[in-house]
Amino acid sequence: MTKELDRHLDEATVARNGLLSRRRLMSGGLALGGAVAAGSLGMIETAQAAPALPSWAKIAGLPVRGYGVPAEQEAHVKRAVLQFYKELAPEYSFSGTPLQHLRGTITPSGLHFEVHHGGRPELDPATHKLMIHGLVERPLKFDLASLERYPMVSRVHFIECSGNSFFNALFPEPMQAGCDVLHGLVSNSEWSGVPLSILMDEAGIKPDGRWVIATGDDGPSLGRSIPMEKVMGDGMLALYQNGERLRPEQGYPMRLLLPGYEGNMHIKWVTSLWVTDAPAHTKDESGEYTDLRADGKTDQFSFPMDVKSVITHPSATMSMSGPGLYEISGLAWSGRGRVARVEVSADGGGSWAEAELEPPIHNLAMTRFTLPWRWDGSPVELRSRAADDTGAAQPTRTVWKQRYAPSNYNHNNAIQAWSVTAEGVVENVYT
Amino acid sequence: MSTHKLSLALALIVAAPVTLGGDGPRLGQPLDESEIPVYARHVMPDGSGLPPGGGAAVEGEPIYAAQCAACHGATGTEGPIQPVVGPVDTYPKAAGRHWPYATTLFDYIRRAMPFHTPKSLSDDQVYAVTAYILYRNELVGRDQVVNADNLADVDMPNRENFINVWGK
Repeated sequence: MTKELDRHLDEATVARNGLLSRRRLMSGGLALGGAVAAGSLGMIETAQAAPALPSWAKIAGLPVRGYGVPAEQEAHVKRAVLQFYKELAPEYSFSGTPLQHLRGTITPSGLHFEVHHGGRPELDPATHKLMIHGLVERPLKFDLASLERYPMVSRVHFIECSGNSFFNALFPEPMQAGCDVLHGLVSNSEWSGVPLSILMDEAGIKPDGRWVIATGDDGPSLGRSIPMEKVMGDGMLALYQNGERLRPEQGYPMRLLLPGYEGNMHIKWVTSLWVTDAPAHTKDESGEYTDLRADGKTDQFSFPMDVKSVITHPSATMSMSGPGLYEISGLAWSGRGRVARVEVSADGGGSWAEAELEPPIHNLAMTRFTLPWRWDGSPVELRSRAADDTGAAQPTRTVWKQRYAPSNYNHNNAIQAWSVTAEGVVENVYT
Repeated sequence: MSTHKLSLALALIVAAPVTLGGDGPRLGQPLDESEIPVYARHVMPDGSGLPPGGGAAVEGEPIYAAQCAACHGATGTEGPIQPVVGPVDTYPKAAGRHWPYATTLFDYIRRAMPFHTPKSLSDDQVYAVTAYILYRNELVGRDQVVNADNLADVDMPNRENFINVWGK
């Protein structure tokens, strides 16, 4: 780096170990892009002869195809597959979104995480129906063709499994794995579908109809109890994800979308909305998705996912390519509102700098944050901490663990830290 | 409007839950009772939804051994997958120990178990397996017939430890 660039970066430093203010970089008249361009220019000057023309520039390319797929060279960008009981129950399986390979905020549909307690059903969309019954004036059924004629809304929302980040919650020592394994049970899509309130109003909810027990048409007929306020508020019967029909593993042909609520409640392959006056205490709200507290009590019906963030670039399993200027980039989300602020530390939480949030900042959705960073090659510890517009902020892992029994892994929204060694290796560390 | 009132009003706007709505073409077709599959309703904690029939642990034991033990363990404590008998060190949420209502055992076994052949057990068999799990958790006797009249009355030991954080 030039001396001028060094001086400029020093002036733009806003927190220890090289965290920079993008505004100060810009106002100094030397944008990040400018620094890169200066380096590239030198390379061009040293070029001796005209380069050979690549073969693909001398022939006609391939014709169009009906459905595009990622480049062959990107085949490694796929979900991390976890099967804990591969012999006994391989269908009991998870797959984690490779957050460390993605930019922006929208998760490609084929990379959206999965948690299947009883496998993915192959159902017939032609005969599939949605039933609304129980405490209603008119029990009704809807097929896919008729639902297509209903007014639809599109909203960008994340879905996060209540058990996301369970390795970090449970393991005494931090596991060295990528964001796909450590935090991949969260994804963010644009969902399109019919507001549930339109369908519920058509059936006519009776005055004592206060809960909806939703059931999927999969092998275990997974069911969850949902408060009527949520169903009638922003609840959606989603038919499309990122513009196209739902993928089979996302509930084709229809699923519930309950923005901000734990993933298990967004019932996939949904076939029944049973209106009741009380929750059913289904298996998942009696065991799996109840949260054991440190005081011996158990939280039940803990629906919203709390504010959370993770730095995706750099993150564990990545390595640095030498000292210099980098952009720290990551994702933040909250099941209680909009992301209001993300701060980044490069000295293990000693000093913090406010990251830039990339608009638009949707409600109950992922937001991308970035911050310029000059790494001088010495060991550092990176952290991000997010706050939402309710004022809630992320706890450290130590504080989060103190609330719960040692075995609890649900609703882990603890601050993630990555250590960067002098060799440029990025590792998972606890906060 | 004072600044304080204005900010309060803004806070209320921000805090108001999002509501989606509109008018639909009303294309829902009448749903007849005969079209509703059994799994579209759930057995409730008061026992409503429980079918006729019944079963005891002594009848459930061989069914459990054949259909359940491979995953949940020979006596229900071993696992490897989610032991149903507790307390057990490896899993704090054993169904027969942690769950607040015994009715959920019947409901879940009927809709979701055995894992590879869900809904293959008769109601009497589901009652019998439910009774066996409750018996192994020392909550009913070995010969006690569990049925629609008494399942909701089983005094689950962890019920008072749940806190409804939704609050309604």
